[in-house]
Amino acid sequence: MLLLQALPAIGNGEVIRYVMPWVPSLGVNVSFVIDGLGLTFGLLITGIGTLVMLYSAKYLAGHPQQARFSLFLTSFMLAMLGLVLADNLLALFVFWELTTITSYLLIGFNHDSAKSRRSALQALLVTGAGALALLAGIILIGTVAGTFELSEIRAMPGVLTESALYLPILILVLLGAFTKSAQFPFHFWLPNAMAAPTPVSAYLHSATMVKAGIYLLARTHPSLAGTDVWLWTLTIAGAVTMVFASVMALRQTDLKQALAYTTLMALGALTLLLANSSGYAITAAVVFLVMHSFYKAALFLVVGILDHQTGTRETTKLFGLGRAMPITAFAAALAGLSMAGLPPFLGFMAKELSYAGGVEAVSSPWLVAVAFLIANALMFAIAAIVGYRPFFSKAGKPMKGISEAKWPMLAGPLVLALLGAFFGIFPMWLQGSLIHPTVDSILGSTADAKTLQLWAGFNLPLVLSLATFALGFVIYLFTAPLRATLVSLIDRSPNFDRGWDKFLAGVLASAKWQTRVIQTGQLRFYIMVTFITALAAMAVTMVVKQALVLPIIWTPVTLTDLLVFGLVIVGTGLAILTQSRITAIAGLGVVGIGIAMIFILYSAPDVAITQLLVETLIVVLFAAAALRLPALGAEPLRGRWLDAAVAVAMGATVTLILLMATTGPIDRSLSDFFEAASYPEAFGQNIVNVILVDFRALDTFGEIAVVLVAAIGIFALLRSKPGKDEA
Amino acid sequence: MEPLLSILIGVLVAASVYLMLARNLMRFLFGLILLSNAANLAIFVSGRMTAGAPPLVPDGLDEPVGVVANALPQALVLTAIVIGFGLFAFALILAVRAYRSLGTLNTDEMRVAEPKEQG
Repeated sequence: MLLLQALPAIGNGEVIRYVMPWVPSLGVNVSFVIDGLGLTFGLLITGIGTLVMLYSAKYLAGHPQQARFSLFLTSFMLAMLGLVLADNLLALFVFWELTTITSYLLIGFNHDSAKSRRSALQALLVTGAGALALLAGIILIGTVAGTFELSEIRAMPGVLTESALYLPILILVLLGAFTKSAQFPFHFWLPNAMAAPTPVSAYLHSATMVKAGIYLLARTHPSLAGTDVWLWTLTIAGAVTMVFASVMALRQTDLKQALAYTTLMALGALTLLLANSSGYAITAAVVFLVMHSFYKAALFLVVGILDHQTGTRETTKLFGLGRAMPITAFAAALAGLSMAGLPPFLGFMAKELSYAGGVEAVSSPWLVAVAFLIANALMFAIAAIVGYRPFFSKAGKPMKGISEAKWPMLAGPLVLALLGAFFGIFPMWLQGSLIHPTVDSILGSTADAKTLQLWAGFNLPLVLSLATFALGFVIYLFTAPLRATLVSLIDRSPNFDRGWDKFLAGVLASAKWQTRVIQTGQLRFYIMVTFITALAAMAVTMVVKQALVLPIIWTPVTLTDLLVFGLVIVGTGLAILTQSRITAIAGLGVVGIGIAMIFILYSAPDVAITQLLVETLIVVLFAAAALRLPALGAEPLRGRWLDAAVAVAMGATVTLILLMATTGPIDRSLSDFFEAASYPEAFGQNIVNVILVDFRALDTFGEIAVVLVAAIGIFALLRSKPGKDEA
Repeated sequence: MEPLLSILIGVLVAASVYLMLARNLMRFLFGLILLSNAANLAIFVSGRMTAGAPPLVPDGLDEPVGVVANALPQALVLTAIVIGFGLFAFALILAVRAYRSLGTLNTDEMRVAEPKEQG
């Protein structure tokens, strides 16, 4: 209701803005702006939301989870309001995702039905994927424009359209908008989403949420439109969706499904209109948007009433209800007339303006006008099927014992239908307060906004309108044979819904395949991958940094050196080749002692002592453990050539690195410091010891901790009994 | 001696990689020991080799006389040896424990955490 107070101000062309910093370092603000576009959407959301709330209180009366339903619906309303009022693109994205999530919860409200769950998931995945694209697009916009504030971006004309990143931005934003607003080829989720309770369908999937994509297109129109890519993408996607959806709508016998497809048609029409930048097209889009919300929500609610009172939504069964349900029939008739585009309803004006906009379309007036003609004629027929046939047609057996619905359920459709008629007769009220300010937000001025009028003179749009009525009437008369033809045609054409299932199955299969390839469950495989990665990292670095240019200096080698070298090689060979545990352990001991001798020869007595001690311990431990372990046995040589190759490559790389490292200059400043400071500062003559217990005492402390932890772990492992903790 | 030692370290690394890629967990442990030795030697060599001059300060002086061996790598290697030993001892007991539970040392057959394809 607060929004209503804003009406006069916005009508005078003002813009209300409210900013609160959220993540200032990233330029994310919770900023809200109320301009014509936001206000129009905001009023639709709150207005229809109130009526739908009232309606669903009765529709779901006695449902065990009614409270939950109201919670979801209210959260959705909040999210949607945030979406249309947000001025910061990132805040807009957050609200965008919130509507996706609440929509998921609402479609899946009947969660014990597998169909509901599938539809909810499908809607979530399709719109969620689109939203990810949108997020990427938003970030690109942010980098190009340097701000996420929509109002600031709008103030810089051409900043996006002339940028090198324009095409990626456009594609990503359009992906988001098209998935949300169910444009072909992402349309398939919307009819499925009708698994939701009828109030949800009326609210989310016709009046508000699916229009978020349209809203985004309108919002970004000033910054992104005007190029050929924009024009043609939107024209083609819109026209295809529009015609395809209206044909599909005729095929349905379930009234709700039929309405679902007409909603698709309306979204297509809006996209098509937004492709252009002319005054007629944009005015038409805005009027169409408003009037569609009125009549479509009304009709959905009417279908809900029919379903609630009679228990069926099949057009082949519903007849002669006009007498039993006079008020419902009245509302349905009004809404139907508006949908059919007959004067003096708002729908008539929207249609006239669409034709006018189509005729002067830059892309191809012929294509646009014909698409509108086909779609509008079919719409006329559907309007008659939904709004007239169940109540007044004498084509079938009238239903008996049906009573009128209670007033909270009637209020919604009645008010909405009456609004459509009211504004049709008094268009200037709507025009001044909402339509023109909205056109202003999209085009930047009201100069091009067209006046809403019922009688615009005898011109081309009027001729087209008359043709529409004639064609629509013919289609209505021949509905049954046409539908039969369509059913056989459509069933033979590719089905997007089934394609979706195949796609999902494909994703799952590829995930399984990845797991099988990457997670073999074999330790050897993991080790191999680790080594090869390390090898590649070292080799690539050496090549890239061109480290292999230094000549190798062969320093003199003594006989003792050679003997020790031979000793270690022999020990290593023993460890690799033998099949006896004792020999292998002995070989390892030889290697260890050889290395200790190297330490002795080259002035590291402390290291040598430690090495000897540890080597002895290892041999003892190994020998003790070997008593509990089986004999080594021969390692099968099959497939080991690869292991050998990796091993040799690894060894060669390490050797090369060391050769390069020892040939280059060395920085001894740390060692010099230790040599100079060891005695004066720490009073120790053995520099190595001083480093360990004084200068790097904390490291040594850590080292002791490691050994202690290992000892505790070993103790625990030996104590635990097998069989307890196995899977 | 540095180039010779570099080659020796390469041989040790190659041997240890080859052993660690074996199916038998015991051979993996042999590889672990060799790798630890190779790494220690590599640190030692990078600090350059000086024969017959341990890093000691003579009695009555504040600093060592002349050129002595690089003390820093020695200290690092000392720490590394001990930690390597801790790692090895823990891995060894893990292997013993695994054998007690699973009855095999063949890593290809140890599939408790990641069982073979079950569809």
